Amino acid sequence: MAHWLFQEEHEMLRKSVRGWVEKEIKPHVEEWEQKGEFPRELFYRAGELGFLGLTYPEVYGGSGEDYLAGAVFVEELARCGSAGVAAGLGASVVIAGPQIYKFGSEELKQKFLVPTITGEKIGALGITEPNAGSDVASISTTARDEGDHYVVNGSKIFITNGVRADYVVTAVKTDPAAGYKGISLLVIEKDTPGFTVAKKLEKLGWNASDTGELVFEDCRVPKANLVGKENMGFYYIMQNFAWERLVMALEAVAAAELALEEAIRYAQQRIQFKRPLSKFQVIRHKLADMASWIETARSLTYHALSLFASGEDAVTAVAMAKVYACETANRVADEALQIHGGYGYMMEYPVQRYWRDARVGTIGGGTTEIMKQIIVNRLIK
Amino acid sequence: MNIVVCLKQTFDTEAKITLDAGGKIERKGVSLIMNPYDEFAVEEALRLKEKDGGEVTVISVGESSAQDALRQALAMGADKAILVDPGEAELDEYATATILAKAISGLEYDIILGGFRAIDDGSAQVAGRVAEILNVPVVNVVTKLEVEGGKAVATREIEGGSELVEVALPAVFTAQKGLNEPRYPSMKGIMKAKKKPMQKMTLGDLGLEGQVAAKVKALSYSLPEPRKAGKIIPGEAAEAARELAKLLREEAKVI
Repeated sequence: MAHWLFQEEHEMLRKSVRGWVEKEIKPHVEEWEQKGEFPRELFYRAGELGFLGLTYPEVYGGSGEDYLAGAVFVEELARCGSAGVAAGLGASVVIAGPQIYKFGSEELKQKFLVPTITGEKIGALGITEPNAGSDVASISTTARDEGDHYVVNGSKIFITNGVRADYVVTAVKTDPAAGYKGISLLVIEKDTPGFTVAKKLEKLGWNASDTGELVFEDCRVPKANLVGKENMGFYYIMQNFAWERLVMALEAVAAAELALEEAIRYAQQRIQFKRPLSKFQVIRHKLADMASWIETARSLTYHALSLFASGEDAVTAVAMAKVYACETANRVADEALQIHGGYGYMMEYPVQRYWRDARVGTIGGGTTEIMKQIIVNRLIK
Repeated sequence: MNIVVCLKQTFDTEAKITLDAGGKIERKGVSLIMNPYDEFAVEEALRLKEKDGGEVTVISVGESSAQDALRQALAMGADKAILVDPGEAELDEYATATILAKAISGLEYDIILGGFRAIDDGSAQVAGRVAEILNVPVVNVVTKLEVEGGKAVATREIEGGSELVEVALPAVFTAQKGLNEPRYPSMKGIMKAKKKPMQKMTLGDLGLEGQVAAKVKALSYSLPEPRKAGKIIPGEAAEAARELAKLLREEAKVI
């Protein structure tokens, strides 16, 4: 039974994405996880099917700004079982694209957004630095004004798609003395002299996605690549956080569901003391708890999604959903692994990957601690 | 080129089949899909249309839930849909084919496509019967289809190989796996499908009210025997192998 939030077209889209994920992604997940990368062609394919343009208007190659459709896509994509694939495809259209679409010039949209929606260009968003994580205002990458160019110096870390992105929407200080009021966003293209990928980072999870450390040394970026207005970058970043966090919550719920399904499957097969694990009350209660947490997380997330999609203030609800859904994913994956016993600890069962992949949820896109600060700041004014 | 595709809504391939208290197949809570063989037929129709132009009409006999399958075909790119609601009429392959043929006879068509069988009852009769009623040739289990100048060349599966046949149009073709790889409806296709015509007809509209009745009636349904647990033969390898061979010969009777 479809949830009331979604219309008939969303359920049709769900079928479409599900079929694609089943046939063209799932069979390759193991291989891509091993390789630490999924093929670039997957971006083209997703673009060709229109899946990268669900939240963008038709003039840029999208199918309309439908965040419910966008939500269906990420939910179904997460069901491929590799959060890295979802993160890589997602970084392009969920976090890099929106900055250009919402705040960028028409020229930037034509040059970067349109090919992102077709899948021809891969985008990344570069905010975090070795010494600036949750404290976004403290970034130290600078952009010096030199007439028609900026000269960028500094480095970025933990950048999803960073290694192979064709462009990085990069947060820089254009007024270093002004704190968060001195941040701007620049679109920095791959082969710009002075921009190098220092390293492909090794991670605990999200292994099918590439994560880079980026270095800028006297990197000259044309002024035309400034997104929106100078020194407004912090506001731009904050505005898209809601969607990014919602996506993380939606993916967390879908991933938790996958872990639960895996746990149920295993519990029914595994015989101990002459009975399947699924006949033991201790395991049955565990499964019931896991399912209930997931339903709670889904309800909270859909509540936030409905507020967001109808244009209402969703900040508190989104923060709550991200905290609860990502923590639920951790808890459910952990219980699913526990049910698997020794096999859960082995690399040949997928449950270990769900456990590893879930872990970043309470860290990336704003930590649980920062989310709680957002919630309480709105409780106590 | 006008192409008509007959399609059926079936249970999902992963649906668990159970019987209700009356011994009928339980339909509640089962997710429904377009018969996968019909999906090949729709895809082929769309490819023919993209090559030579024309119009693709999809048609189904079923209750209103079958609209979902038709809508999917529209989202893939078909132009219009017709759903014939059989009402209280009992259907078998004869009755369904009679209804389809009557509805199709009111359309212009060069090619009629369908899956070679439905994955639920698997009778593989309807498309052939439609061809017979409309008095046009039928080519079954097609894995390749080329159309040019009023005729079609089709490759069809036969036991141990394939056969290349030529047939004059109009004709009926039934799709086998391998004919093509069906496309996924895009969001744009889905949105367009909402505005495409979905004509709903009754048997009365076709002048068939009270005219069709099933010739074959299902008496009962039964589920396959549950699989028995495997047998483990203990002992030394050589001795166990001897025992295994004996059981395969005498008990399982497979060698």
